[in-house]
This record gives sequence, C-alpha cells and structure tokens, in this order.
Amino acid sequence: MKGAAARWLAWGLAILLLIVPLTPLVPEFWVTLLILIGLSSLTALGLVVLTGMGGMTSFGQAAFVGFAAYTTGLLSTTYGLSPWLGLPAALVVTGLAACALGAITMRLSGHYLPLGTLAWGISIFYIFGNSAFLGGQTGMTGIPPLRLGSLSLIGPRSYYILVWLAVVLSLVATINLLDSRVGRAFRALRRNAIAAEAFGVVTARAKLIVFVYAALLAGVAGWLYAHFQRTLSASAFGAEANIDYLLMAIVGGVGQVFGALLGAGIVIVLKDLLQDMLGRLGMFQDLVFGIMLVGILQYSRDGIWPLLSSWLPSTAPRSIDPAADIERPAPAPATSSGPLLALDKARKTFGGLVAVDDVSFNVGHAETVALIGPNGAGKSTLFDLMTGVRRATSGRVSFDGASIERLPPQMIARRGIARTFQHVRLVPELSVLENVALGAHTRGHAGVVSAILRLDRTEERRLFAHAARRLERVGLAKEMFRPAGHLSLGQMRLVEVARALCLDPRLLLLDEPAAGLRAAEKQALAKLLRELKGEGMSILVVEHDVDFVMGLVDRIVVLDFGKKIAEGLPQEIRVNPLVIEAYLGGVE
Amino acid sequence: MDSMIFWTLVVDGVVNGTIYALLAIGLVLVFVVTRVILLPQGVYVSFAALTLSQFQRGNVPGTVGLLLALGLAAFVIDLLRLRSRVTRAWLIRRVASDLALPAIMYVLVIWLVPLRPNMAVQIVLTLALITPLGPYLYRLAFQPLEQASVLTLLIASVGVYIALTVLGLVFFGPEGFTANPLSSAQFEAAGVMISGQSAIMVAVSLVIMVLLWLLFDRTLIGKAMRAVAVNRVGARLVGIPISQAGEITFALASFIGAVSGVLIAPVTMVYYDTGFLIGLIGFVAAIIGGMGSYPLAVAGAIFVGLLQSFAAFWNSNYQQVVVFMTLIPILLLRSLRAPAVEEDE
Repeated sequence: MKGAAARWLAWGLAILLLIVPLTPLVPEFWVTLLILIGLSSLTALGLVVLTGMGGMTSFGQAAFVGFAAYTTGLLSTTYGLSPWLGLPAALVVTGLAACALGAITMRLSGHYLPLGTLAWGISIFYIFGNSAFLGGQTGMTGIPPLRLGSLSLIGPRSYYILVWLAVVLSLVATINLLDSRVGRAFRALRRNAIAAEAFGVVTARAKLIVFVYAALLAGVAGWLYAHFQRTLSASAFGAEANIDYLLMAIVGGVGQVFGALLGAGIVIVLKDLLQDMLGRLGMFQDLVFGIMLVGILQYSRDGIWPLLSSWLPSTAPRSIDPAADIERPAPAPATSSGPLLALDKARKTFGGLVAVDDVSFNVGHAETVALIGPNGAGKSTLFDLMTGVRRATSGRVSFDGASIERLPPQMIARRGIARTFQHVRLVPELSVLENVALGAHTRGHAGVVSAILRLDRTEERRLFAHAARRLERVGLAKEMFRPAGHLSLGQMRLVEVARALCLDPRLLLLDEPAAGLRAAEKQALAKLLRELKGEGMSILVVEHDVDFVMGLVDRIVVLDFGKKIAEGLPQEIRVNPLVIEAYLGGVE
Repeated sequence: MDSMIFWTLVVDGVVNGTIYALLAIGLVLVFVVTRVILLPQGVYVSFAALTLSQFQRGNVPGTVGLLLALGLAAFVIDLLRLRSRVTRAWLIRRVASDLALPAIMYVLVIWLVPLRPNMAVQIVLTLALITPLGPYLYRLAFQPLEQASVLTLLIASVGVYIALTVLGLVFFGPEGFTANPLSSAQFEAAGVMISGQSAIMVAVSLVIMVLLWLLFDRTLIGKAMRAVAVNRVGARLVGIPISQAGEITFALASFIGAVSGVLIAPVTMVYYDTGFLIGLIGFVAAIIGGMGSYPLAVAGAIFVGLLQSFAAFWNSNYQQVVVFMTLIPILLLRSLRAPAVEEDE
C-alpha cells in the first residue's frame, strides 16, 4: 500500500497547489502569470501529443490559437453573441481549419510537415494582420468578458479557476486518450507506422485525428485568451509565439503530457524573470531561449520532465482480469475449397531490378510452410506483397479465394493475416502488454470520444485480457509491465509473435522469428508453432536457421534472386542440387 | 497592365528569383549533406548586407566581435569535448582557424575601416567576416547532433536562428540600411530600364552556380560531399569524414548567404530580421524542388520571384501570403505521390 499512499499524497499536493492561488496568499501578479502558464500549456500539450506521440512537428499551432480567438472575438463584438457560444463556434472553426490543413500536410512525413506548417503559420499570421474585419494592424478591441449570471469573470482569481479547470480537464482527456485503443495506435505512429498499419490502423486517419486534437487544444486556449485579454492583435499568433510553444514542449519533454505543463511554467517564468533582470536589454531573452533550445537537444533530448518524474510515485500496474477475454467465435470454415493463400505469378520490380520474379506457390489450411533463400532473394519483399505494404507489379495474391493484392494493409489484417517483422517494430516506451494489445486493434471499436470519457473500460479490459493470454503463450507473462524497449532482442521477437496472435489470424506470417533467440527459446517457439498448427492456423515462416525449419514445417519454398528455384518436403529440399548451389555456390 | 509594366515586373521577378535561387541552392546543399534545414541562412543575408553598409558608414560592424566570440567558443567546446584525444596537428589547425583567423580579421577591420577603403575591399571584408560563421555554428550547434533526426536538427536550427536574430538586433539596431549600388549604369532593353545593379546580381548568381557545379562535378572534395549526401554510412566507411563535409557545406552556405546579402544591400532596405523572410522564400523554392534537386530549386526560385513581383503589384499586403500559399498545392501534389506509409529515417 506504500505506492498507493504516495499516489494519494501526490494528488493531494497537486490539488492543494491548484487551490492556493485562489487565496490572498498569492499576489495577483503571480495569479496572472499562472493564467498565462495555463493558457500556454494547453497549446503545448497539443504539441506534445503531436510531436512526442504522433511524431509530427508543427510550427503553426499559434495559428489555431488565433483562429479560435478571432472567431469568438468576431462573434462577441460584431455579432454580439454570448462569449459562451464562442467556445463551440471557435472549436468548430479551428477543427475545420485543422482538417483542411491537415488533409494537405499530414501524409507528408519528416521535414515537409514542419516546413509546411511554418509556411501556412506565416500566411495565416499575415491574413490576421491584414484583414480589416479582424481589426487589421491595430487589432480587435472591446471583446466582452465571460459572465456567469451577473458575475463577470474579469479579475485574475476568477479567471484562474476557469483556465485551470480547462487545463485539468484537457490533461485528463489527453491521459485517457493516450491510454486507450486509439491512443496506442497514435503512439505507434512515430516510429512504427508500418506495424500499426499491419494491425488494422489507418495511419493517415490517425495522424489527422491527432493533428485536429492538438489544434482543438490550441483552440480552447485561444477562446480563453480572447476573453481574458479582451483585445487581440495578430502579433500574439506569429512566428515568435510558435517558437515559444515549441520551446515549451521541448524544454518540458515531448514524451510526457506533464512535460507541457512544466515546459510552459519554465518558459513563462523565465521570460518574466529575464524581462526584470535584463530590463531594457529584454531582447537578450530570445538569445537565452535560442541557446537553451540547442543545449537541451544536445544534453537532455527528452526534456526536463523525465528528470523530475523519477521522484514521483509510479502509477499503479494495470490489473488483468482473465475472465474478461471473450474468444471470438471459431473462424468461419473456409469459403473456398482451394488453398488458404495462393500466389500466382506475383512480380515486383523496382526500376530495372526484379525483386520478385513471377513467384507462385500455395499455403494450405493448417499447413506450415517455410520460405528460405539467401540474403536478397526477395523473401521480405514477398511478405510485403502479401500484407499490402507494397503493391505487386503484376500477378495475383489471393487469400481464401479472394484476391487481396490491391488491398491496403489494414484490410488484409482484418481478413485474418498477421505478421511479424524482420526488424523488430515495437513502441519502446510502451509496456510489453500495451504493445501486444495493439495487435488486438481490430477487435475493439471504441473511438476518441469514448476513450476521453472512459466509456471504453469494458472493452479495454477485454483487449488486455486477450493480449495477456497471448503473452502467456509465448512465455513472457512475467515481462508484461516492462517497457518493451528494455527486453532482449529475442524477447522482442516473441512479443511480436504475441502481437500477431492477438489478431487471431488464420494465416500467420513470421519474418525470421528465431533470429536472436537462445536454443531453449527456439524450442519453445517451435513447440508453440506446432500447437498453433494443431489449432488450425496456417503459418508461413521466413527463416535462416535451417535446423529450426527442417523439424517444424510441412513444406519448403526456396527463392533465389527473386525466382522460386525449388519447392518440396524438407528432406527433398535438403538434397536438392539447385538449393545447395544457391546457398553454397556452384562447383565449377 | 501595359506591356512595359509587365516586362518591368518580369525583370524584377527574375532578378529577385536569382537571389532566391542562390539561397535555395545553399539550403538544398546543406540539407542533403547534413540533413539540417538551415533557417539561419537568411540571417547570413542580413548580416552581410548590414556589415557592408556599416563599412560604408565608416563603422566597425558587430559581426567582427561575433566572429571572435564564435571562434573562441567553438575552440573551447571542441577542446573540452576531445580532452585527452587532442593531437598536435589538431591544435595547430584549430588555433589557426578558430583563434588566429578571427583575430586577423579583427585587426584588418580595425585598421582598414577608418581608411575608408573602396567597395571591392569592403565586399571582400564582408564575405570574409560572414563565411566562417557557418562552420563555427555547425560545430557548436549541429555536429553534436549529427546522429539526431531531421526533426531534432530542425528544432536546433530554430534555436540558432533565434539567437542570431537577437544578435543582429544588438549589432545593427532596429533601423534599416541600404548600401551604395555596385554599379550606377542604366541601360534600356525593349523599352524596359535595366540597372547595372540588376545585371550584376544576375551575373554573379550565375557565376556562383557554375562554380558550385564545377566544385561538385570536378573536384574530389565535391565528390566526397555528394557521397555523404547519397549515403552517410557508406561515405564514412570509405573514409570520408562526415563532420568535415558538414563544415565545408556550412561554409558554402554562409558564403552563398553573404554574397546574396552583398547583392541585395544596394536595392533593398535591410533590417536585422529581413533575412528571415528572404530565407523562407528560398525554402519555398527549395521545397518546389523537393529539397533535393538543384535545377528544380532554381526553376522554383525564378517562379517564386515572378510570382512575388506580380503579387506585390496586385496587393502588396498579401504578397507573402500568395508566395507561401503556393506551397499548399505543391505539398498537396507531393502528398498524393507519397506512399501511404513512410519509413522513418
């Protein structure tokens, strides 16, 4: 109970810290500063989710703050609407703007996205500053304050409540969102988009959702800002503001939600202190910030929060209720009488290089087939064709009688093909269990809203029970709550197998599952694969370890330079002269 | 719009476009070799333009002090980083490049400025002051992050940019300056007046492009840098020092920035932060070229130059919006061609 007591203490302290500024103990000046911290941390929180979880960076978040602020400003001045109605209106406008901008830029990876956001961030800034109906260069004035009945929320202390209520709600919403089925998909976007796709996540849509979510957080901040300042000028939404938000996210740490809060606090307090200290030399503040940004990237790339979080009590481990796992009804009997998987003259060329050269073979029901061949034979490319990662140049791939060569990876996953990867693709900072649960993505339905409101708990319990059972099968039940990045390579491969099993696949594709495993682990894996076959699962395995394959599989297909050079029973392949030549070189 | 205005706008656009082209080439160069998206490129432009106009006013520009400070910082930090691995050869080379070079420049500037030297000397001094900033900044900010992702490098680039902009304000103040024209000749072609200054701008840009092409196509250093751009690990395996390639690239970029600054100083009122917008427009051009192709980047730059010149004629308030908004269809086009899922680097 020591952990639980510490957690209660931490919560108590946090609540106390939130309440103290309401008392006269804290001067109004500091309350105002806390309001600014709260407002900035909302936008920075969006950036943390976007960058730290989704792997995308935006230099345009200030534009979303601006969209919301100007929307509510315009409605409450020119059109005289209640400022409270400004919130939904501001969120709709911000959300639509984010959808439009996101649809254009989200599919661009790497450097295009931040540069794109930089460009539209500046354009929107100019538009704000030059549009007469938004007040032009002089800005918009006379924005009414928020009112509760006859009470105007003008003083810092009353506004403080509103701002920090929004911050706390946003933090809770974000934490809930990240700890959910969709949240796990988001967190796989940064470095494991291909793995996420292979388990049914439509990554383009997931990226757009993250982007819009981040924009909406900025929108809430914009609405609050407009009715707090009650005047708006475009300069608050320009390049400098964008850089401040980015600095907050980086300083605090883009990996954790509380990093946004910490970062906003540090940057705003520092700004204030530097202004006091430097006085007329206030411009040097940005010099300090610039050097700080580079310094943090060089010496503590994860920001400051990780340094602090080791002092905090750990979160309670998730409880697993084995009874929650409801098995799917047994897979429908085959609709076709033919083989489960059939490749008919599958071909893939990259420019002039023929990586897969008219390869045909079948995998039958409950059959285990091995695909072997020297390095560069085209085995992994063939896997990519079967799972929709790459599209075949010509030829057919059919699964259970239906052609799948044109389907995207998510649809292939939903049909019951699961895979592991030659280069392990796990999310290192998520727990082993959460990584495996990503494999159960298609078993759940809960979306963003039910995740935020925690309406997904029954489904989550079911998914985790399902995942835990698969982990047990690969013998890693003990490692369940460790971060996946802490495991050995062999264990990571087994986690990938467990994740694939979570899909309850009818066909399991394993890409070098035994590489990096110790002898005992290999035996355990072979035993598991035999059990799965006994349960009716078909397995196609790419493997270099010939001993592992020989004792395990029903049939072997041999590739060399993209061509199938042999197919047959293990004992036939062992003595096939073509195979021996491909592996050992010809005898001249 | 009559044809004379039309052609005047075209000339204007092409002249500006060649400057953007120079910057775009520098940006592409730095990006392919070091994966850094060099936001400070525009700062070099401002620094060079303002340094030149300070010389013409008989003042010692603050960039001299910056050169001394950055050289010293690069030297000290590298010394601390290497500690016991410091060799004699390293020490001699770095004392020369980090301490002696800025010191010599300092003495030269202090000695020459009161003598009011002619334009050529001013330009040489300006280029010699600005160019070494590139390699120093590379060693201070980017070399320690050599293995980091493009995103991390981009954020570091933002940091460097902010710091330099503040220094620009400190050295040159908030006022804008122009420099004397490089040539006061005027000639007429088909009814359109073309200034000697414009002709020089285009000619110098072309010469630099040809020199760069010769460097990359004909010299061993150039080829080594191309190798780094294509495959970093491979280049390292065959013995090409990655960091040195980075330093050379940064030197080329700051040289290109400095030349651009000298070229625009006589025709534009340059403020300490003018370079940011010019640099960003260079980016638009580089993105049009896909951040990897020099000829496409040049074509993109001329296009952006023309677009800006016509947009300014149409409505000067929105000229930047027009330029940056062209990015959207271009990015859209690229996104439609991009694969559904991309591998992270």
